[in-house]
Amino acid sequence: MKSAGGRFVRRIADRLQGAPEETSSSWDAVQTARHQDRPYPLDYISRLCTEFEELHGDRAFGDDPAIVCGVGRYHDEPVAFIGEQKGRDTQERTFRNFGMPSPEGYRKALRVMALAEKLDIPLVTLIDTPGAFPGAGAEQRGQGGAIARSIAAMVRIAVPTVAVIVGEGSSGGALAIGVADRVLMFSGSTYSVISPEGGAAILWRDAGKARLAAGAFRPTAATCYRFGIVDAVIPEPKGGAQRDHDEAARLLDQYLQRQFKELRALPNADRLRQRRERFRRLGAHREFAIGDPAAVASGRVDFATGGAQESPKQISGDPAQNGR
Amino acid sequence: MSQKHIHVTVDRLKRIAHIPEKAKRPADDGTCPRCETHYRGEEMVRNARVCTACGHHFPITARARLDHLADREEWRELWTELRASDPLQFVDLEPYPQRARKAETSTGLGEAVVVAELEIKGQPCVAAIMDFTFMGGSMGSVVGEKIARACERAIELGVPLVTVTSSGGARMQEGVLALMQMAKTVVAFEEMNDARLPVIVVLAHPTTGGVWASFAALGDVTYAEPGALIAFSGPRVIEQTTREKLPPDFGLAESQLHNGQIDDVVDRREMPDRVGKVLRIMHRPGLEPAAAFPFQLTQAGGDVVGKMAHGVAQTVTQLPKKIADKMSRGEARDAEESE
Repeated sequence: MKSAGGRFVRRIADRLQGAPEETSSSWDAVQTARHQDRPYPLDYISRLCTEFEELHGDRAFGDDPAIVCGVGRYHDEPVAFIGEQKGRDTQERTFRNFGMPSPEGYRKALRVMALAEKLDIPLVTLIDTPGAFPGAGAEQRGQGGAIARSIAAMVRIAVPTVAVIVGEGSSGGALAIGVADRVLMFSGSTYSVISPEGGAAILWRDAGKARLAAGAFRPTAATCYRFGIVDAVIPEPKGGAQRDHDEAARLLDQYLQRQFKELRALPNADRLRQRRERFRRLGAHREFAIGDPAAVASGRVDFATGGAQESPKQISGDPAQNGR
Repeated sequence: MSQKHIHVTVDRLKRIAHIPEKAKRPADDGTCPRCETHYRGEEMVRNARVCTACGHHFPITARARLDHLADREEWRELWTELRASDPLQFVDLEPYPQRARKAETSTGLGEAVVVAELEIKGQPCVAAIMDFTFMGGSMGSVVGEKIARACERAIELGVPLVTVTSSGGARMQEGVLALMQMAKTVVAFEEMNDARLPVIVVLAHPTTGGVWASFAALGDVTYAEPGALIAFSGPRVIEQTTREKLPPDFGLAESQLHNGQIDDVVDRREMPDRVGKVLRIMHRPGLEPAAAFPFQLTQAGGDVVGKMAHGVAQTVTQLPKKIADKMSRGEARDAEESE
């Protein structure tokens, strides 16, 4: 439909389904996602829940303030929360290690996931981190394994789960609590394989090229939606979530309710299978006909066009192909 | 044209026929950077590219490693026809497709991982071997896909998975889709758990970033090669971000053994024997898949901090075969409810 009415209807429909409007550039998105007035997980939790009890410690080594966990009363139901919390002022930022979790944080998250599963209560994770903490101590205590086991537990946990990227979602530190039945993303937030600075330092060998890297990574909600990585993009109040925490929380509430309604309607086994299939499918590769010498030949295929040998089969981020 | 029935040697001949001159050489001559002993190519191959004088482990290509691991040097490579695509039209210092093509020409590999069927000391298994020479062994969509397929193939055949990792982490040129490969590979490893098949992970130098923070850390048995760097953040990243002064043995296999992150440090020359041995000890062919594998939370040290069976796993044996089968297909809860 080309009429103005059709476009309008489609825009409303998109908005209801959470399709993003492609407006902000990558670097703007990075700035918005990192805005110091942006609501952090505890800001959302306090607005979503009538009551909330924070839980501390991994019962093995310590408590990581960069990850906040607990159980809350959400619409008169118990819900478990795991969030990555940055600090608002210098003192709190230092205390929370700038939202960079240590292995203890992920093990605390594991504890809460186990609790959620035991009590059969849904789990909401709120992602906002520049990445897992890089440090000798964290490595010694198994940073890699802690993230891996957190991902594995999120794959396996038998309750409905929703992950929401509320700010900056960078690297494995974000993905550790990001493997859920539904993944949502605020329109001003970012989700990326690495922070722009980190990517610039590695690929351009110059951390100052962060802006360039952000443009190349395109960590925006629109990109993630296009690749099928997020299921819906939550619009933000005018000027960004940092302008109006209450409104941002209200929008989050609306989207969460909708997702939980859908998830509760699914039988448990179906939901678990769908969760696995969802992540099994993500990626973009080209596959040649089996036994095609062109595939065995090295560098013989025109990469850019794919050449005539390229088979049409392509698992891509096209939402239509991903069944959404 | 099913690749399935092509004989091993034919497949290998075909492969070799298309490999550029440089990559065809079995191994380059080398001088040990530690003790300066010089080796000729064939000596290197004989010693699995390990210095006989000081035990230094030279880098080794995925296919050379397969030759070394496999009985009678026989293995059949799977999914050679998968290639990266460029979802972001990514350009850093050069465009991603150009970079990938260069890597293909210089290594003779299609991607940074080689998946093959083989036998190790008489134990049939599927192996996924990463190759650091292909774009730093980085994990993009193809690597994720191949690892996932390797698990699925192992489940189909009912054999263990052996994976050798050597990777700088997620492939940045694929952006957030590369990050998702961490989830994809973990999902595949979880399928291996459900099928109750052993997973052996061998960590080669280096295993860092997204690979160490996903499937590489989830082996049932984890070995590492001597001197391999195993870390989520490499020393350079840590020194740049936190200005922390690192000890000289930071992240090395030997210190990770001390930290309790791996099971043992194993010399590459002994690897086929060790992997074969542990497979022989553990593998139980024809083991029924777990009905509902208990959600088991273990920490790095291996202590169980929380263990929860849903009361399903225990009841399987008493249930009629039909329902038990149903449960084994992951419909456990439904089956229970419908009864």
